[in-house]
Amino acid sequence: MDIKFLTDIGFLLGSVGFVWGLKRLSSPDTARRGNTIASVGMGLAILSIIFAPLERGDNNYAWVVGGLAVGAIIGYFMAIKVKMTAMPQMVSIFNGLGGACAVLIGMVELRHFYTGASAMTGGQIAISLSALLIGGIAFTGSMLAWFKLEDWLRDNALILPKHSIFNLVLLAVILAMGIYIYIQNIDAGIGMAAIFMLLALLYGVSFVVPIGGADMPVVISLLNSFSGLSAASAGLIYGNNFMLVGGILVGASGTILTVLMCEAMNRSLLNVLIGGFGGGGAASSKGAAGGQVAKEVTLNDAAIQLYYSKSVMIVPGYGLAVAQAQKVCKEIDDLLESNGVDVKYAIHPVAGRMPGHMNVLLAEADVPYPKLLDLEDANAALKNTDMVVIVGANDVVNPAALDDPGSPIYGMPVLQVWEAKNVIVLKRSMNPGYAGIQNPLFFHERTRMLFGDAKATLSKLVSEIKSL
Amino acid sequence: MDGFIQFFEDYQLLIYLLVFTVILGFEVISKVPTVLHTPLMSGANAISGVVVIGGILLVRQAEAGDYFSLGLGLFGIIMGMVNATGGFAVTDRMLEMFKKKKKK
Repeated sequence: MDIKFLTDIGFLLGSVGFVWGLKRLSSPDTARRGNTIASVGMGLAILSIIFAPLERGDNNYAWVVGGLAVGAIIGYFMAIKVKMTAMPQMVSIFNGLGGACAVLIGMVELRHFYTGASAMTGGQIAISLSALLIGGIAFTGSMLAWFKLEDWLRDNALILPKHSIFNLVLLAVILAMGIYIYIQNIDAGIGMAAIFMLLALLYGVSFVVPIGGADMPVVISLLNSFSGLSAASAGLIYGNNFMLVGGILVGASGTILTVLMCEAMNRSLLNVLIGGFGGGGAASSKGAAGGQVAKEVTLNDAAIQLYYSKSVMIVPGYGLAVAQAQKVCKEIDDLLESNGVDVKYAIHPVAGRMPGHMNVLLAEADVPYPKLLDLEDANAALKNTDMVVIVGANDVVNPAALDDPGSPIYGMPVLQVWEAKNVIVLKRSMNPGYAGIQNPLFFHERTRMLFGDAKATLSKLVSEIKSL
Repeated sequence: MDGFIQFFEDYQLLIYLLVFTVILGFEVISKVPTVLHTPLMSGANAISGVVVIGGILLVRQAEAGDYFSLGLGLFGIIMGMVNATGGFAVTDRMLEMFKKKKKK
């Protein structure tokens, strides 16, 4: 049979695999199978592109197979080694790599065009430029997000005065330059394209700079969507349907997650992108600490209160991930359950640094899925809860979101933990959270503080409870 | 403007595909439970590794002595493949954890 026919069928089946796999990935029972189906689809497509007959070129199979092998080995080991707490970083790195690959493709194809090695229609020039732009933003933006997540860079480092205006001007310059290159066609030259690429890379950095802290889930899903769109652009350069389908699907899923995250914070995407929330500079809320004193609780008291309560709600946040405290958390859960305490977890959609971050961590610690309550269910249950334990969460339990119109997070739906009878907050210090916003909850009459590293404190609580 | 019209005429089928895939994508993934946000994101992330196909195409279409294209293409293949393999593998690892505790 004709090889071209077979490889085309391979691509078709691969695309079906993607759609089918993604469909299954969005339902808990079928998710794992869905992931497998999508990966088989990818495998089929890679085989197809290796064997597909081409009109030009020397095949260079040694380079192709070598690259595939090296990439597969590196990717596999990264996936096996990564700690679940480091998933946001991992996703960022992968997003960035996809974008970088699209940039390379766009650049090489434009060079072929400018050196006269191949022809391009105006449309293809425009598509190549969009691969450079979107891929470039996905690449450097993700790298910066990764640095921020690793804490190698403070959230408000690199912010320029009037940063949002700088971003707008930069974007305008890039778009104008893109139009110029498009109009000039072959006369523009590779130099212009290279400058265009560098500006896109710069924009990626500049665009993520003001976003940080609690806004990370939004920016990560947005970059996810960009990495998909850059792959789709690269697909358009080659007129490859398969790449187009894959890339667009990722673009769609990333966009859906971005919108979900924005809704969870009750903010518009534009508002998140302009920043000012995560990057600090927004600490001028009226609830500022002045004179108020947070009350502490001793470990022993906390242990007794927890052990003899009827119901406990644990509210995890990014601090849980940082301290890697998910397993100790489960230990406390088990101890309390053995005394007949009803233990539940309240999961805010933007808790942590990526969509669903807390779910992954608690799953790693073997916490059964029905014990995790979403925002609405948790708020309904909180009124009848004896004890709330907040482990490293801050902004998602801030009452200022409801009653302080001056607060930067005013309007964001939060977990109303103060409705419960008692609240214990585990926290490293009184410093405000990543968003730099004071939290009146810490001074609430029902709140008691327990200072220290989340993991260390929870471990001590475990031994206290055991000795009761 | 002529360029765009020309482009639209030349690539009409591709544009149809693009539009329908956008619609399909939103329909397929419209309602995702919170518990699956991360796996869906990292699974989708792996799919964005399709860009590796472009890398392979680029290298295969290059001439044997064109080290500029070969070098950058190789780099592209490696990055795309890390994205794809790593993404699928880590998603599987995560989903395995979800499954493990369901049996209890």
